[in-house]
Amino acid sequence: MTATLIWILVGLVAIGLYLSWTAGRLDRLHARIDAARAALDAQLLRRASVTQELATSGVLDPAASIVLYEAAHAARQAEEEQREVAESELSQALRAVFGETQQVEVVRQVPGGEEAAGELAQAVRRVPMARRFHNDAVRAARALRRHRKVRWFRLAGHAPFPMAFEMDDEPPTALADRPTT
Amino acid sequence: MRIGIVCPYSWDVPGGVQFHIRDLAEHLIGLGHEVSVLAPADDDTPLPPYVVSAGRAVPVPYNGSVARLNFGFLSAARVRRWLHDGTFDVIHIHEPTSPSLGLLACWAAQGPIVATFHTSNPRSRAMVAAYSILQAALEKISARIAVSEYARRTLVEHLGGDAVVIPNGVDVDFFARAKPKPEWQGDTIGFIGRIDEPRKGLPVLMKALPKILAERPQTRLLVAGRGDEKEAVESLPAEMRSRVEFLGMISDEDKARFLRSIDLYVAPNTGGESFGIILVEAMSAGAPVLAADLDAFAQVLDQGSAGELFANEDADALATAAVRLLADPERRAGLRERGSAHVRRFDWSTVGADILSVYETVTDGAAAVATDERTGLRARFGLARD
Repeated sequence: MTATLIWILVGLVAIGLYLSWTAGRLDRLHARIDAARAALDAQLLRRASVTQELATSGVLDPAASIVLYEAAHAARQAEEEQREVAESELSQALRAVFGETQQVEVVRQVPGGEEAAGELAQAVRRVPMARRFHNDAVRAARALRRHRKVRWFRLAGHAPFPMAFEMDDEPPTALADRPTT
Repeated sequence: MRIGIVCPYSWDVPGGVQFHIRDLAEHLIGLGHEVSVLAPADDDTPLPPYVVSAGRAVPVPYNGSVARLNFGFLSAARVRRWLHDGTFDVIHIHEPTSPSLGLLACWAAQGPIVATFHTSNPRSRAMVAAYSILQAALEKISARIAVSEYARRTLVEHLGGDAVVIPNGVDVDFFARAKPKPEWQGDTIGFIGRIDEPRKGLPVLMKALPKILAERPQTRLLVAGRGDEKEAVESLPAEMRSRVEFLGMISDEDKARFLRSIDLYVAPNTGGESFGIILVEAMSAGAPVLAADLDAFAQVLDQGSAGELFANEDADALATAAVRLLADPERRAGLRERGSAHVRRFDWSTVGADILSVYETVTDGAAAVATDERTGLRARFGLARD
Protein backbone atom coordinates (compact mmCIF):
# COMPACT_ATOMS: atom_id res chain seq x y z
CA MET A 1 0.00 0.00 0.00
CA THR A 2 2.66 2.51 1.04
CA ALA A 3 4.80 1.38 -1.89
CA THR A 4 2.00 2.22 -4.33
CA LEU A 5 1.51 5.58 -2.64
CA ILE A 6 5.21 6.35 -2.93
CA TRP A 7 5.18 5.43 -6.60
CA ILE A 8 2.18 7.64 -7.25
CA LEU A 9 3.94 10.48 -5.43
CA VAL A 10 7.14 9.99 -7.46
CA GLY A 11 5.08 9.98 -10.64
CA LEU A 12 3.31 13.18 -9.66
CA VAL A 13 6.58 14.93 -8.85
CA ALA A 14 8.05 13.84 -12.19
CA ILE A 15 5.00 15.16 -14.05
CA GLY A 16 5.23 18.39 -12.06
CA LEU A 17 8.88 18.87 -12.96
CA TYR A 18 8.16 18.20 -16.61
CA LEU A 19 5.30 20.69 -16.66
CA SER A 20 7.43 23.26 -14.88
CA TRP A 21 10.17 22.79 -17.49
CA THR A 22 7.62 23.17 -20.29
CA ALA A 23 6.30 26.35 -18.69
CA GLY A 24 9.86 27.68 -18.65
CA ARG A 25 10.25 26.91 -22.33
CA LEU A 26 7.02 28.69 -23.13
CA ASP A 27 8.00 31.67 -21.02
CA ARG A 28 11.26 31.97 -22.92
CA LEU A 29 9.46 31.73 -26.25
CA HIS A 30 7.11 34.54 -25.28
CA ALA A 31 10.09 36.67 -24.30
CA ARG A 32 11.67 35.89 -27.67
CA ILE A 33 8.50 36.96 -29.49
CA ASP A 34 8.43 40.25 -27.56
CA ALA A 35 12.06 40.97 -28.44
CA ALA A 36 11.52 40.01 -32.09
CA ARG A 37 8.42 42.18 -32.29
CA ALA A 38 10.29 45.15 -30.80
CA ALA A 39 13.07 44.65 -33.35
CA LEU A 40 10.54 44.43 -36.19
CA ASP A 41 8.81 47.62 -35.04
CA ALA A 42 12.17 49.38 -34.88
CA GLN A 43 13.07 48.30 -38.43
CA LEU A 44 9.66 49.29 -39.83
CA LEU A 45 9.88 52.67 -38.15
CA ARG A 46 13.40 53.16 -39.46
CA ARG A 47 12.29 52.36 -42.98
CA ALA A 48 9.36 54.78 -42.80
CA SER A 49 11.59 57.54 -41.39
CA VAL A 50 14.26 57.18 -44.07
CA THR A 51 11.55 57.18 -46.74
CA GLN A 52 9.98 60.29 -45.29
CA GLU A 53 13.35 62.05 -45.15
CA LEU A 54 13.98 61.22 -48.79
CA ALA A 55 10.49 62.35 -49.77
CA THR A 56 10.90 65.75 -48.11
CA SER A 57 14.51 66.31 -49.21
CA GLY A 58 13.56 67.46 -52.72
CA VAL A 59 15.89 64.99 -54.38
CA LEU A 60 13.06 63.15 -56.11
CA ASP A 61 10.54 64.55 -58.54
CA PRO A 62 7.38 65.97 -56.91
CA ALA A 63 5.13 63.08 -57.92
CA ALA A 64 7.44 60.43 -56.47
CA SER A 65 7.94 62.57 -53.36
CA ILE A 66 4.20 62.77 -52.73
CA VAL A 67 3.68 59.04 -53.27
CA LEU A 68 6.50 58.17 -50.87
CA TYR A 69 5.51 60.77 -48.29
CA GLU A 70 1.91 59.58 -48.25
CA ALA A 71 2.86 55.93 -47.88
CA ALA A 72 5.47 56.57 -45.21
CA HIS A 73 3.15 58.83 -43.26
CA ALA A 74 0.33 56.28 -43.41
CA ALA A 75 2.66 53.51 -42.27
CA ARG A 76 3.82 55.51 -39.26
CA GLN A 77 0.33 56.61 -38.21
CA ALA A 78 -1.46 53.31 -38.86
CA GLU A 79 -3.54 51.74 -36.10
CA GLU A 80 -2.47 48.26 -35.03
CA GLU A 81 -5.15 46.57 -37.20
CA GLN A 82 -4.22 48.55 -40.31
CA ARG A 83 -0.48 48.27 -39.76
CA GLU A 84 0.17 45.28 -42.03
CA VAL A 85 -1.73 46.86 -44.92
CA ALA A 86 -0.07 50.26 -44.49
CA GLU A 87 3.42 48.78 -44.34
CA SER A 88 2.70 46.64 -47.42
CA GLU A 89 1.60 49.77 -49.26
CA LEU A 90 4.85 51.46 -48.30
CA SER A 91 6.72 48.48 -49.78
CA GLN A 92 4.73 48.85 -52.98
CA ALA A 93 5.37 52.59 -53.15
CA LEU A 94 9.10 52.04 -52.66
CA ARG A 95 9.08 49.41 -55.39
CA ALA A 96 7.23 51.75 -57.74
CA VAL A 97 9.68 54.61 -57.16
CA PHE A 98 12.93 52.66 -56.94
CA GLY A 99 12.13 50.05 -59.58
CA GLU A 100 14.80 51.47 -61.89
CA THR A 101 18.52 51.66 -61.17
CA GLN A 102 18.65 55.19 -62.65
CA GLN A 103 16.36 56.53 -59.92
CA VAL A 104 18.74 55.20 -57.25
CA GLU A 105 21.68 56.74 -59.13
CA VAL A 106 19.93 60.13 -59.12
CA VAL A 107 19.62 59.95 -55.34
CA ARG A 108 23.26 58.86 -54.96
CA GLN A 109 24.53 61.81 -56.98
CA VAL A 110 23.22 64.62 -54.76
CA PRO A 111 25.28 65.64 -51.70
CA GLY A 112 24.48 63.29 -48.84
CA GLY A 113 22.53 61.08 -51.22
CA GLU A 114 25.00 58.22 -50.97
CA GLU A 115 24.25 57.83 -47.27
CA ALA A 116 20.51 58.23 -47.76
CA ALA A 117 20.45 55.54 -50.44
CA GLY A 118 22.60 53.30 -48.25
CA GLU A 119 20.29 53.77 -45.28
CA LEU A 120 17.23 53.01 -47.36
CA ALA A 121 18.87 49.92 -48.88
CA GLN A 122 19.74 48.73 -45.37
CA ALA A 123 16.24 49.39 -44.10
CA VAL A 124 14.48 47.53 -46.92
CA ARG A 125 16.87 44.64 -46.40
CA ARG A 126 16.36 44.45 -42.65
CA VAL A 127 12.56 44.58 -42.56
CA PRO A 128 12.15 41.12 -44.19
CA MET A 129 14.86 39.76 -41.90
CA ALA A 130 13.21 41.03 -38.73
CA ARG A 131 9.82 39.85 -39.92
CA ARG A 132 11.11 36.38 -40.67
CA PHE A 133 12.73 36.11 -37.23
CA HIS A 134 9.50 37.31 -35.59
CA ASN A 135 7.30 34.87 -37.47
CA ASP A 136 9.72 32.04 -36.75
CA ALA A 137 9.39 32.72 -33.02
CA VAL A 138 5.60 32.91 -33.36
CA ARG A 139 5.52 29.55 -35.13
CA ALA A 140 7.63 27.89 -32.44
CA ALA A 141 5.43 29.26 -29.66
CA ARG A 142 2.24 28.25 -31.47
CA ALA A 143 3.52 24.71 -32.00
CA LEU A 144 4.20 24.37 -28.28
CA ARG A 145 0.94 26.04 -27.21
CA ARG A 146 -1.15 23.73 -29.34
CA HIS A 147 0.22 20.79 -27.38
CA ARG A 148 -2.19 18.94 -25.10
CA LYS A 149 -0.12 19.37 -21.95
CA VAL A 150 -0.01 23.13 -22.43
CA ARG A 151 -3.75 23.43 -23.08
CA TRP A 152 -4.88 21.09 -20.29
CA PHE A 153 -2.70 22.61 -17.62
CA ARG A 154 -3.07 26.17 -18.92
CA LEU A 155 0.68 26.63 -18.91
CA ALA A 156 0.47 29.68 -21.17
CA GLY A 157 -1.40 31.62 -18.47
CA HIS A 158 -3.00 34.79 -19.79
CA ALA A 159 -0.48 35.45 -22.55
CA PRO A 160 -2.36 36.24 -25.79
CA PHE A 161 -2.13 33.70 -28.61
CA PRO A 162 0.82 34.91 -30.73
CA MET A 163 0.00 36.28 -34.18
CA ALA A 164 2.35 36.33 -37.16
CA PHE A 165 3.01 39.66 -38.87
CA GLU A 166 1.98 39.25 -42.49
CA MET A 167 2.96 41.88 -45.01
CA ASP A 168 4.46 42.41 -48.45
CA ASP A 169 8.10 43.19 -47.71
CA GLU A 170 9.64 42.54 -51.12
CA PRO A 171 12.43 45.15 -51.48
CA PRO A 172 12.80 47.24 -54.66
CA THR A 173 15.11 45.41 -57.09
CA ALA A 174 17.33 48.41 -57.71
CA LEU A 175 18.11 48.70 -54.00
CA ALA A 176 18.71 45.03 -53.35
CA ASP A 177 20.98 43.66 -56.08
CA ARG A 178 21.49 40.32 -54.37
CA PRO A 179 19.46 37.21 -53.61
CA THR A 180 16.63 38.57 -51.55
CA THR A 181 14.82 35.48 -50.33
CA MET B 1 30.11 44.48 -30.76
CA ARG B 2 31.31 41.43 -28.81
CA ILE B 3 30.63 38.37 -30.92
CA GLY B 4 31.06 34.72 -29.99
CA ILE B 5 31.18 32.17 -32.80
CA VAL B 6 30.81 28.44 -32.21
CA CYS B 7 32.45 26.08 -34.67
CA PRO B 8 31.22 22.47 -34.43
CA TYR B 9 34.08 20.78 -36.30
CA SER B 10 37.75 20.36 -35.46
CA TRP B 11 39.76 23.49 -36.22
CA ASP B 12 42.78 21.46 -37.33
CA VAL B 13 40.85 19.59 -40.04
CA PRO B 14 40.25 21.65 -43.17
CA GLY B 15 36.62 21.96 -44.18
CA GLY B 16 34.11 24.35 -45.68
CA VAL B 17 32.46 25.32 -42.40
CA GLN B 18 35.82 25.94 -40.70
CA PHE B 19 37.06 28.15 -43.56
CA HIS B 20 33.80 30.07 -43.54
CA ILE B 21 34.12 30.73 -39.81
CA ARG B 22 37.78 31.72 -40.13
CA ASP B 23 37.03 34.22 -42.90
CA LEU B 24 33.97 35.57 -41.10
CA ALA B 25 35.92 36.05 -37.85
CA GLU B 26 38.76 37.82 -39.65
CA HIS B 27 36.35 40.00 -41.60
CA LEU B 28 34.53 41.05 -38.41
CA ILE B 29 37.80 41.69 -36.56
CA GLY B 30 38.89 43.84 -39.51
CA LEU B 31 35.75 45.92 -38.99
CA GLY B 32 36.73 46.49 -35.35
CA HIS B 33 34.49 43.98 -33.61
CA GLU B 34 35.67 41.74 -30.79
CA VAL B 35 35.37 38.15 -31.90
CA SER B 36 36.02 34.89 -30.07
CA VAL B 37 35.65 31.53 -31.79
CA LEU B 38 35.03 28.39 -29.74
CA ALA B 39 36.20 25.36 -31.67
CA PRO B 40 37.28 21.81 -31.00
CA ALA B 41 41.06 21.49 -31.36
CA ASP B 42 43.87 19.38 -30.02
CA ASP B 43 45.52 21.16 -27.14
CA ASP B 44 48.89 21.30 -28.89
CA THR B 45 47.75 22.68 -32.28
CA PRO B 46 48.69 26.31 -32.83
CA LEU B 47 45.54 28.43 -32.94
CA PRO B 48 44.98 32.00 -34.13
CA PRO B 49 44.58 34.41 -31.18
CA TYR B 50 40.80 34.66 -31.58
CA VAL B 51 40.19 30.89 -31.26
CA VAL B 52 39.46 29.25 -27.91
CA SER B 53 39.87 25.50 -27.79
CA ALA B 54 36.97 23.43 -26.49
CA GLY B 55 39.13 20.35 -26.15
CA ARG B 56 39.80 17.42 -28.42
CA ALA B 57 37.10 16.20 -30.73
CA VAL B 58 36.29 12.50 -30.66
CA PRO B 59 35.92 10.66 -33.97
CA VAL B 60 32.55 8.92 -34.09
CA PRO B 61 30.57 7.52 -36.99
CA TYR B 62 27.81 10.01 -37.70
CA ASN B 63 25.59 10.60 -40.71
CA GLY B 64 27.34 8.18 -43.01
CA SER B 65 30.91 9.25 -42.39
CA VAL B 66 33.28 9.59 -39.46
CA ALA B 67 32.81 12.99 -37.86
CA ARG B 68 34.95 14.49 -35.15
CA LEU B 69 32.57 15.79 -32.53
CA ASN B 70 32.62 17.23 -29.05
CA PHE B 71 30.20 16.13 -26.37
CA GLY B 72 30.08 15.07 -22.79
CA PHE B 73 30.46 16.71 -19.45
CA LEU B 74 33.89 18.32 -19.99
CA SER B 75 32.95 19.96 -23.26
CA ALA B 76 29.71 21.26 -21.76
CA ALA B 77 31.70 22.80 -18.88
CA ARG B 78 34.08 24.48 -21.31
CA VAL B 79 31.17 25.90 -23.29
CA ARG B 80 29.67 27.34 -20.13
CA ARG B 81 32.95 28.89 -19.06
CA TRP B 82 33.48 30.42 -22.52
CA LEU B 83 29.96 31.90 -22.45
CA HIS B 84 30.48 33.21 -18.95
CA ASP B 85 33.90 34.79 -19.59
CA GLY B 86 33.00 36.17 -23.00
CA THR B 87 29.98 38.34 -22.02
CA PHE B 88 29.01 38.41 -25.70
CA ASP B 89 26.38 40.66 -27.23
CA VAL B 90 25.46 37.89 -29.58
CA ILE B 91 26.59 34.32 -30.22
CA HIS B 92 26.61 32.79 -33.66
CA ILE B 93 26.32 29.00 -33.71
CA HIS B 94 27.15 27.04 -36.84
CA GLU B 95 25.38 23.75 -37.54
CA PRO B 96 23.29 23.75 -34.35
CA THR B 97 21.77 20.37 -35.20
CA SER B 98 25.04 18.45 -35.27
CA PRO B 99 25.58 16.67 -31.94
CA SER B 100 28.62 18.75 -31.09
CA LEU B 101 29.54 22.15 -29.67
CA GLY B 102 26.73 23.86 -31.55
CA LEU B 103 24.02 21.94 -29.76
CA LEU B 104 25.84 22.22 -26.42
CA ALA B 105 26.10 25.99 -26.81
CA CYS B 106 22.42 26.14 -27.68
CA TRP B 107 21.59 24.30 -24.48
CA ALA B 108 23.86 26.37 -22.30
CA ALA B 109 23.18 29.89 -23.53
CA GLN B 110 20.37 32.37 -23.36
CA GLY B 111 20.04 35.73 -25.05
CA PRO B 112 20.49 36.68 -28.69
CA ILE B 113 21.53 33.53 -30.57
CA VAL B 114 22.08 33.44 -34.31
CA ALA B 115 22.50 30.10 -36.06
CA THR B 116 23.72 29.20 -39.53
CA PHE B 117 22.56 25.96 -41.17
CA HIS B 118 25.16 24.81 -43.69
CA THR B 119 24.09 21.32 -44.68
CA SER B 120 21.02 20.23 -46.52
CA ASN B 121 21.02 16.60 -45.43
CA PRO B 122 17.95 14.59 -46.15
CA ARG B 123 16.08 13.87 -42.96
CA SER B 124 18.03 11.39 -40.90
CA ARG B 125 16.50 8.87 -38.55
CA ALA B 126 18.45 10.22 -35.61
CA MET B 127 17.04 13.67 -36.27
CA VAL B 128 13.49 12.34 -36.18
CA ALA B 129 14.14 10.49 -32.92
CA ALA B 130 15.82 13.49 -31.33
CA TYR B 131 13.25 15.95 -32.67
CA SER B 132 11.65 16.89 -29.38
CA ILE B 133 15.00 17.30 -27.64
CA LEU B 134 16.34 19.34 -30.53
CA GLN B 135 13.24 21.50 -30.66
CA ALA B 136 13.67 22.60 -27.06
CA ALA B 137 17.22 23.74 -27.83
CA LEU B 138 16.51 25.19 -31.26
CA GLU B 139 13.65 27.28 -29.91
CA LYS B 140 16.24 29.50 -28.28
CA ILE B 141 17.70 30.60 -31.59
CA SER B 142 16.46 34.09 -32.35
CA ALA B 143 17.63 34.21 -35.95
CA ARG B 144 18.31 31.44 -38.41
CA ILE B 145 20.49 31.79 -41.47
CA ALA B 146 20.58 29.26 -44.31
CA VAL B 147 23.48 29.33 -46.78
CA SER B 148 21.28 28.75 -49.82
CA GLU B 149 17.65 28.61 -50.84
CA TYR B 150 18.09 24.84 -50.99
CA ALA B 151 19.42 24.63 -47.43
CA ARG B 152 16.55 26.85 -46.32
CA ARG B 153 14.00 24.53 -47.89
CA THR B 154 15.48 21.50 -46.12
CA LEU B 155 15.45 23.41 -42.85
CA VAL B 156 11.80 24.42 -43.24
CA GLU B 157 10.77 20.88 -44.15
CA HIS B 158 12.62 19.21 -41.28
CA LEU B 159 12.42 21.65 -38.41
CA GLY B 160 9.65 24.05 -39.40
CA GLY B 161 10.02 27.79 -39.01
CA ASP B 162 11.89 29.99 -41.39
CA ALA B 163 15.35 31.36 -42.10
CA VAL B 164 16.95 34.18 -44.06
CA VAL B 165 19.30 33.19 -46.86
CA ILE B 166 22.80 34.62 -46.65
CA PRO B 167 25.31 32.89 -48.93
CA ASN B 168 28.80 31.90 -47.90
CA GLY B 169 31.38 34.61 -48.42
CA VAL B 170 34.41 34.69 -50.68
CA ASP B 171 37.23 37.20 -50.85
CA VAL B 172 36.57 37.95 -54.52
CA ASP B 173 39.55 40.26 -55.02
CA PHE B 174 41.99 37.68 -53.68
CA PHE B 175 41.03 35.40 -56.57
CA ALA B 176 40.57 38.17 -59.13
CA ARG B 177 44.07 39.54 -58.48
CA ALA B 178 45.98 36.22 -58.57
CA LYS B 179 48.61 35.80 -61.31
CA PRO B 180 48.03 33.00 -63.83
CA LYS B 181 50.71 30.31 -64.00
CA PRO B 182 51.92 29.62 -67.59
CA GLU B 183 52.29 25.87 -67.13
CA TRP B 184 48.61 25.58 -66.19
CA GLN B 185 47.46 27.54 -69.24
CA GLY B 186 46.49 26.44 -72.74
CA ASP B 187 43.48 24.18 -73.24
CA THR B 188 43.20 23.11 -69.64
CA ILE B 189 40.23 21.80 -67.71
CA GLY B 190 40.40 22.19 -63.93
CA PHE B 191 38.96 20.13 -61.11
CA ILE B 192 39.42 20.73 -57.38
CA GLY B 193 38.22 18.28 -54.75
CA ARG B 194 38.82 15.00 -53.00
CA ILE B 195 39.81 12.43 -55.62
CA ASP B 196 38.50 9.43 -53.69
CA GLU B 197 35.16 10.98 -52.71
CA PRO B 198 32.67 9.82 -55.40
CA ARG B 199 30.22 12.61 -54.50
CA LYS B 200 32.78 15.15 -55.74
CA GLY B 201 32.24 13.56 -59.12
CA LEU B 202 35.72 12.90 -60.51
CA PRO B 203 34.59 9.48 -61.88
CA VAL B 204 31.95 11.23 -64.01
CA LEU B 205 34.59 13.56 -65.42
CA MET B 206 36.92 10.59 -66.08
CA LYS B 207 34.13 8.89 -68.00
CA ALA B 208 33.63 12.00 -70.11
CA LEU B 209 37.33 12.60 -70.73
CA PRO B 210 37.89 10.11 -73.64
CA LYS B 211 35.16 11.89 -75.62
CA ILE B 212 36.66 15.29 -74.93
CA LEU B 213 40.14 14.08 -75.90
CA ALA B 214 38.80 12.49 -79.09
CA GLU B 215 37.59 15.92 -80.22
CA ARG B 216 40.39 18.00 -78.74
CA PRO B 217 43.52 15.86 -78.17
CA GLN B 218 45.57 18.83 -76.96
CA THR B 219 43.34 19.24 -73.86
CA ARG B 220 44.82 18.62 -70.41
CA LEU B 221 42.92 17.86 -67.22
CA LEU B 222 44.44 19.34 -64.05
CA VAL B 223 43.28 17.78 -60.79
CA ALA B 224 43.97 19.36 -57.41
CA GLY B 225 43.04 17.43 -54.30
CA ARG B 226 43.89 14.55 -52.03
CA GLY B 227 43.40 10.90 -52.90
CA ASP B 228 44.75 7.86 -54.74
CA GLU B 229 45.92 9.08 -58.16
CA LYS B 230 46.46 5.62 -59.70
CA GLU B 231 42.97 4.48 -58.82
CA ALA B 232 41.47 7.65 -60.29
CA VAL B 233 42.86 7.09 -63.80
CA GLU B 234 42.21 3.32 -63.85
CA SER B 235 39.10 3.68 -66.00
CA LEU B 236 41.02 5.65 -68.66
CA PRO B 237 42.75 4.00 -71.67
CA ALA B 238 46.51 3.88 -70.98
CA GLU B 239 47.48 6.33 -73.72
CA MET B 240 45.19 9.00 -72.32
CA ARG B 241 46.51 8.86 -68.76
CA SER B 242 49.30 11.30 -69.58
CA ARG B 243 46.69 13.99 -70.33
CA VAL B 244 45.72 14.04 -66.64
CA GLU B 245 47.99 15.89 -64.22
CA PHE B 246 47.64 15.56 -60.48
CA LEU B 247 48.77 18.52 -58.36
CA GLY B 248 47.92 17.07 -54.94
CA MET B 249 46.76 19.42 -52.19
CA ILE B 250 47.40 23.04 -53.14
CA SER B 251 47.67 26.16 -50.99
CA ASP B 252 45.11 28.98 -51.11
CA GLU B 253 47.46 31.11 -53.22
CA ASP B 254 48.02 28.28 -55.69
CA LYS B 255 44.31 27.60 -55.80
CA ALA B 256 43.69 31.20 -56.86
CA ARG B 257 46.43 31.03 -59.50
CA PHE B 258 45.11 27.66 -60.65
CA LEU B 259 41.61 29.06 -61.16
CA ARG B 260 43.04 32.12 -62.93
CA SER B 261 44.98 29.91 -65.35
CA ILE B 262 42.53 27.26 -66.52
CA ASP B 263 40.21 27.57 -69.53
CA LEU B 264 37.29 25.72 -68.00
CA TYR B 265 36.38 24.72 -64.46
CA VAL B 266 34.27 21.56 -64.22
CA ALA B 267 32.23 20.73 -61.10
CA PRO B 268 30.74 17.26 -61.72
CA ASN B 269 29.56 16.79 -58.10
CA THR B 270 26.77 14.24 -57.87
CA GLY B 271 25.10 15.41 -54.67
CA GLY B 272 25.43 16.40 -51.06
CA GLU B 273 26.23 20.03 -51.82
CA SER B 274 24.29 22.76 -50.11
CA PHE B 275 26.17 25.72 -51.51
CA GLY B 276 29.16 25.32 -53.84
CA ILE B 277 31.77 27.78 -52.64
CA ILE B 278 34.26 26.45 -55.19
CA LEU B 279 32.05 27.71 -58.03
CA VAL B 280 32.07 31.18 -56.52
CA GLU B 281 35.85 31.03 -56.19
CA ALA B 282 36.21 29.90 -59.81
CA MET B 283 33.96 32.72 -61.01
CA SER B 284 35.86 35.23 -58.86
CA ALA B 285 39.07 34.16 -60.60
CA GLY B 286 37.32 34.55 -63.95
CA ALA B 287 37.21 30.86 -64.83
CA PRO B 288 34.24 29.79 -66.98
CA VAL B 289 32.27 27.20 -65.01
CA LEU B 290 30.56 24.03 -66.18
CA ALA B 291 28.69 22.36 -63.32
CA ALA B 292 26.23 19.56 -62.62
CA ASP B 293 22.68 20.85 -62.36
CA LEU B 294 22.29 20.29 -58.60
CA ASP B 295 19.80 22.67 -56.96
CA ALA B 296 22.52 24.41 -55.00
CA PHE B 297 24.80 24.85 -58.02
CA ALA B 298 21.98 26.10 -60.22
CA GLN B 299 21.28 28.78 -57.65
CA VAL B 300 24.91 29.88 -57.33
CA LEU B 301 25.18 30.04 -61.13
CA ASP B 302 21.97 32.09 -61.36
CA GLN B 303 20.07 29.22 -63.08
CA GLY B 304 22.76 28.86 -65.72
CA SER B 305 23.31 32.47 -66.75
CA ALA B 306 26.64 32.89 -64.90
CA GLY B 307 27.95 29.43 -65.79
CA GLU B 308 26.79 26.41 -67.77
CA LEU B 309 24.94 23.43 -66.31
CA PHE B 310 24.80 19.83 -67.48
CA ALA B 311 22.50 16.97 -66.46
CA ASN B 312 23.82 15.47 -63.22
CA GLU B 313 25.93 12.27 -63.64
CA ASP B 314 25.52 12.40 -67.44
CA ALA B 315 29.09 12.01 -68.73
CA ASP B 316 28.01 12.44 -72.37
CA ALA B 317 26.29 15.73 -71.66
CA LEU B 318 29.38 16.87 -69.76
CA ALA B 319 31.67 15.93 -72.67
CA THR B 320 29.49 17.66 -75.27
CA ALA B 321 29.25 20.85 -73.24
CA ALA B 322 32.98 20.87 -72.45
CA VAL B 323 33.97 20.40 -76.11
CA ARG B 324 31.58 23.13 -77.21
CA LEU B 325 32.88 25.57 -74.60
CA LEU B 326 36.57 24.84 -75.27
CA ALA B 327 36.02 25.48 -78.99
CA ASP B 328 34.18 28.76 -78.40
CA PRO B 329 36.42 31.46 -76.87
CA GLU B 330 33.72 34.10 -77.29
CA ARG B 331 31.22 32.16 -75.22
CA ARG B 332 33.88 31.64 -72.55
CA ALA B 333 34.71 35.34 -72.50
CA GLY B 334 30.99 36.04 -72.06
CA LEU B 335 30.79 33.61 -69.14
CA ARG B 336 33.90 35.15 -67.57
CA GLU B 337 32.36 38.59 -67.72
CA ARG B 338 28.96 37.57 -66.38
CA GLY B 339 30.54 35.38 -63.69
CA SER B 340 32.76 38.21 -62.43
CA ALA B 341 29.78 40.57 -62.16
CA HIS B 342 27.60 37.89 -60.55
CA VAL B 343 30.05 36.96 -57.75
CA ARG B 344 30.07 40.48 -56.27
CA ARG B 345 27.08 39.47 -54.16
CA PHE B 346 29.18 36.72 -52.56
CA ASP B 347 32.01 39.06 -51.61
CA TRP B 348 32.67 39.38 -47.89
CA SER B 349 31.83 43.09 -48.01
CA THR B 350 28.23 42.18 -48.93
CA VAL B 351 27.90 38.94 -46.99
CA GLY B 352 29.57 40.39 -43.87
CA ALA B 353 27.22 43.40 -43.93
CA ASP B 354 24.24 41.06 -44.14
CA ILE B 355 25.45 38.95 -41.23
CA LEU B 356 26.05 42.08 -39.17
CA SER B 357 22.51 43.21 -40.05
CA VAL B 358 21.24 39.97 -38.55
CA TYR B 359 23.34 40.50 -35.40
CA GLU B 360 22.06 44.06 -35.03
CA THR B 361 18.45 43.01 -35.63
CA VAL B 362 18.52 40.43 -32.83
CA THR B 363 20.53 42.50 -30.37
CA ASP B 364 18.33 45.60 -30.75
CA GLY B 365 17.19 46.15 -27.20
CA ALA B 366 18.02 42.62 -26.05
CA ALA B 367 20.22 41.77 -23.08
CA ALA B 368 23.67 40.24 -23.59
CA VAL B 369 24.24 36.52 -23.88
CA ALA B 370 24.53 34.69 -20.58
CA THR B 371 24.65 31.13 -19.40
CA ASP B 372 21.19 29.69 -19.02
CA GLU B 373 20.68 29.23 -15.29
CA ARG B 374 17.69 26.98 -14.91
CA THR B 375 14.91 28.83 -13.17
CA GLY B 376 14.45 27.67 -9.59
CA LEU B 377 11.27 25.76 -8.88
CA ARG B 378 10.08 28.32 -6.36
CA ALA B 379 10.46 31.18 -8.82
CA ARG B 380 8.54 29.22 -11.36
CA PHE B 381 5.65 28.55 -9.00
CA GLY B 382 5.76 32.21 -8.04
CA LEU B 383 5.48 32.98 -11.74
CA ALA B 384 2.58 30.59 -12.11
CA ARG B 385 0.58 32.35 -9.41
CA ASP B 386 0.35 35.79 -11.01
